[in-house]
Amino acid sequence: MNFPILSTLIFLPLVSSFFIFLSKNENNNSSIYVSLFSSIATFLLSLFLWYSMDLDVPDFQFVEEQSWINDFIKFKLGIDGISILFILLTAFITPLCILSCINSIKERLKEFLIAILVLETLMIGVFCSLDLVIFYLFFEAGLIPMFIIIGVWGGPKKVYSAFKFFLFTLLGSVLMLVAIIAIYWITGTTDITQIYEIKIPKEYQNLLWLAFFSSFAVKTPMWPVHTWLPDAHVEAPTAGSVILAAILLKMAGYGFIRFSIPMFPLGSEFFTPLVFSLSIVAIIYTSLVALMQDDMKKLIAYSSVAHMGYVTLGIFTLTKQGIEGSIFQMISHGLISAALFLCVGVVYDRLHSRLINSYGGLVSYLPKYSIFFVVFALAALGLPGTTGFLGEFLVLVGSFQKNYLVAILATFGVVLGAAYMLWMTKRVIFGDVKNEQIKSLKDTNKLENLMLISLAFLIIFFGFYPAPLIETLNAPVDNLINNYEQAINTTNLVNNDQ
Amino acid sequence: MAYAIVFLPLAGALIGYLGKNLIKNFAEITTSFFVVMSAIFSIIVFWKGIQNSEYENYLIFEWISSGNFVANWSINIDPLSSVMLIVITFISALVHIYSIGYMSHDPHKPRFMSYLSLFTFSMLSLVVSDNFLQLFFGWEGVGLCSYLLIGFWYKKETANDAAIKAFIVNRVGDFGLAVGIFLIFFYFGTINFNEIFRLVPQLSEKQLIFLGFDFNLITLICLFLFIGAMGKSAQFLLHTWLPDAMEGPTPVSALIHAATMVTAGVFLVVKCSPIFEYSKVALNMVTIVGMVTAIFAASVALVQNDIKKIVAYSTCSQLGYMFFAAGIGAYHVAMFHLFTHAFFKALLFLGAGSVIHAFNDEQDIRNMGGIRKKLPFTYVAMLIGTLALTGFPFLSGFYSKDAIIEFSYLSEASFSNYAVFIGVFTAFLTAIYSWRLFFKTFHGTYNNKKVPIEKTHESPIIMLFPLFLLSIGAILAGFLFKETFIGHLNADFWQSSILFLDEIKHERVPIWLLYLTPVLVIISIPISFYYFVLNPNILESIKKTNFPFYNFLLNKWYIDEIYETIFVKPAKRIGSFFWKKGDIGTIDRFGPDGISKLVKMISSKAGRFQTGFIYDYAFVMLIGLSILLTYLILT
Repeated sequence: MNFPILSTLIFLPLVSSFFIFLSKNENNNSSIYVSLFSSIATFLLSLFLWYSMDLDVPDFQFVEEQSWINDFIKFKLGIDGISILFILLTAFITPLCILSCINSIKERLKEFLIAILVLETLMIGVFCSLDLVIFYLFFEAGLIPMFIIIGVWGGPKKVYSAFKFFLFTLLGSVLMLVAIIAIYWITGTTDITQIYEIKIPKEYQNLLWLAFFSSFAVKTPMWPVHTWLPDAHVEAPTAGSVILAAILLKMAGYGFIRFSIPMFPLGSEFFTPLVFSLSIVAIIYTSLVALMQDDMKKLIAYSSVAHMGYVTLGIFTLTKQGIEGSIFQMISHGLISAALFLCVGVVYDRLHSRLINSYGGLVSYLPKYSIFFVVFALAALGLPGTTGFLGEFLVLVGSFQKNYLVAILATFGVVLGAAYMLWMTKRVIFGDVKNEQIKSLKDTNKLENLMLISLAFLIIFFGFYPAPLIETLNAPVDNLINNYEQAINTTNLVNNDQ
Repeated sequence: MAYAIVFLPLAGALIGYLGKNLIKNFAEITTSFFVVMSAIFSIIVFWKGIQNSEYENYLIFEWISSGNFVANWSINIDPLSSVMLIVITFISALVHIYSIGYMSHDPHKPRFMSYLSLFTFSMLSLVVSDNFLQLFFGWEGVGLCSYLLIGFWYKKETANDAAIKAFIVNRVGDFGLAVGIFLIFFYFGTINFNEIFRLVPQLSEKQLIFLGFDFNLITLICLFLFIGAMGKSAQFLLHTWLPDAMEGPTPVSALIHAATMVTAGVFLVVKCSPIFEYSKVALNMVTIVGMVTAIFAASVALVQNDIKKIVAYSTCSQLGYMFFAAGIGAYHVAMFHLFTHAFFKALLFLGAGSVIHAFNDEQDIRNMGGIRKKLPFTYVAMLIGTLALTGFPFLSGFYSKDAIIEFSYLSEASFSNYAVFIGVFTAFLTAIYSWRLFFKTFHGTYNNKKVPIEKTHESPIIMLFPLFLLSIGAILAGFLFKETFIGHLNADFWQSSILFLDEIKHERVPIWLLYLTPVLVIISIPISFYYFVLNPNILESIKKTNFPFYNFLLNKWYIDEIYETIFVKPAKRIGSFFWKKGDIGTIDRFGPDGISKLVKMISSKAGRFQTGFIYDYAFVMLIGLSILLTYLILT
């Protein structure tokens, strides 16, 4: 295809943010319309991409290539069935975030919208790049708008949280940068399609894998480098939390699938036990911690860590069910955590408290809100018929084939998941009204209904009929596993010959 | 028609709730009508099955397909599920109708009705599944509806706690079921029932090492599946949620916690009989757990004072009967008891609801008594229910319970002799506690101080009508279907839906055994009447002399307290330990906060070097020079 459709997709939000920047008038409405329009256009464009993709081919499609710095580093883009789902998720969540700003952001709305749109560009860029340097740029640049969002529009401890977020993620990615340079020295290219072909020598794989892992583990976040996430969520404004939980966390999972496994199959195999044990600790440990939280956002943040534990577990099972389950779980968690954070945002806008104690008995006064809240809480605890169930179940099916003990421990996390989610629901939604202010609260308005209904619809629809997503994943995941197994088998053969 | 049976309740739930404001009572009428239709279709399906052995199978669409992990949405009706269909839809329809009267003063009636319908749908999708994943969907779906319905009165703190407890204890069971499914998929490569059942004989010898122990694969699978069944059917150790679940409205207890959902575990074991038959160990386990539950729950029921809790423990105990029947290899008898039990237990619950209604929500039987004249219909209905439950000759419980005891006697399984003993003894206990409930409620003196006896009233006709139909069921279900379920026709009826490797021959039961239980049951009536109505002081003195034992029973063997101490509190304590000491105290302290402190410290120290005085710098240079010189000289 000659038309650079991926570049259009990436830079559409950026260009419109530029327009917002230029607009002089202080009228916020126009900037909302512009950003909403451009983000919806991006979403439609990504839907069109999904529609026009050839799902039977595992190769990258819509590839664009331009030399950028001295022909060494190319600006190379392309997507396959895995990345399109993340692009769709990004493009779907962003308009919702913009809508949520209307209620929650009172100051500097224009700048906030610019930050969100820039962030969208960078996030889509991450999922499209086929060159390590380009990927690194998008991946790290994404930190900046997020840092600003937390640091400027955040709560009382915003500066501490913003720096904690920045420090953690930056420290991890320094090593990744070193690894990228090393890869360039070894292979002479940063184009990942070529690196796939060249196959990095065995002796480098473990070190390089660790370098990438250090970056991805922080972003995922995996235990024990997860502590930035609860703080960041608590302080971030609603839209910031939504993007952070729904999309930024997924970039690391995507990174594992796109880079770690195909580039370093031997390293991946070697470190699988490490990933398994960290994932299990994440699932059990953070679920228990989540049980004791008194702040709704912190609780959801800890539950995110636990859910991402399933993701990392599933990816490194390297089975069809495990990887498809992980990707499905990421999409599903993107929708569910976005929904839960929006829910917290709805009551936060009214009562300005995130503490569980200040609520209770909401169902009598906010019936519609309560229905949404209960539906999303149930989806988060993995009730069959929602996407949350299928992701977890597939991951567990996959991991059982590799290590039954890990799978059983992870399955036990499902029990804990039910405990903390239901306990929170009980304390927030049910029971008697303890706080008199609740009686004067208004139920969700039309805008909030629109956002929450669209999320609830997708969560339930794909829970019953996941085929559109799973079929998109089929070919690339098969390809990924085949290449991995081939790499492992060839090395084993070589070892046997010696 | 099969589609209609399954989807009518769902449609009712949705239409009823969404259209609740259209006209008065819209939700009640719609949901009830749709479920009644579904019940009528079920009866037709069941009847056709008995007559012509015709069953329908449909594949709706593919749910998920990832590699060779494939699961469909399907409707698969076989003799086993047709029995469940009729139990579910029939009881559900009556409970819907009853609820219209029972809940008439509740402002949230539409929500209640649509939950009931939604429950019916989930339960139906469970029993018509052709694979484990859809079964799991229904399994958790009924758990959800049970959670929503137990916590229906959301302002009551106890109701909320009971709801959460029910869901989480069930989740522990679901954990077992899920692991069972993983095992099956890993070794069989499929989760479709028929394909699994076909492969079982080939894998029956396979051994594997699990947690350091040598296990037979089939045994391991069965044990995990059975954990799931124990959770849902409230068997010993996972039973704690069921008595608490009585916090929910009474129609819910009748439908979910007596007739349908709690029998899902029995259904699972019977459905998987082609797997269980290949593992003697697992079957013995099922027998033991069933026996323990039967006698444990009956012993606790003897001393409880809450009318619904007595019936709940009774349910628990009867489920124990069903399990040990399945465990000794008499699956069809287990199903028969499930079938008859549904009628008389739903009858007892709805009757209890009618009594509670009459007393304006009083549930303690010590505050009742002497109202048989005021509630004549309820009295008769409860009498029939009690007679049927205790196994009074020629009522439905008689046929099924005695059959369990007889089959235990005939079975060759290892624990069948104990099962006979436990069966007879529990039948005796059942009679005692049932009559205690009955006499304390309806006979003796009137003990309620809040509601004067003149104010107690018989329930409206809309609540009595279901009682009437259920009474007929409780009287006749055993007699009418005896031959079909467990008699000479049973092989024609069940076909391949239940597998017996070596069928228990139902012949030559000794005469004394045939008479033993009925005689015990009948003589327990005058005994109970004497102790509970005519001369209650004797019992009071026994209670006083055996106080520790009485308390042990009253506090349900202290199992809730034990769980609180060894699971709930430690979980919370570990949670806050990890949070306070792990995240904040270790990771943050030595991670980001530590690093930033370190950097600050070093830079402030380093800052002190730059004093700006030339002699300081000269001094440092001098030291450096001398160190360098020393080094050079030494080498």
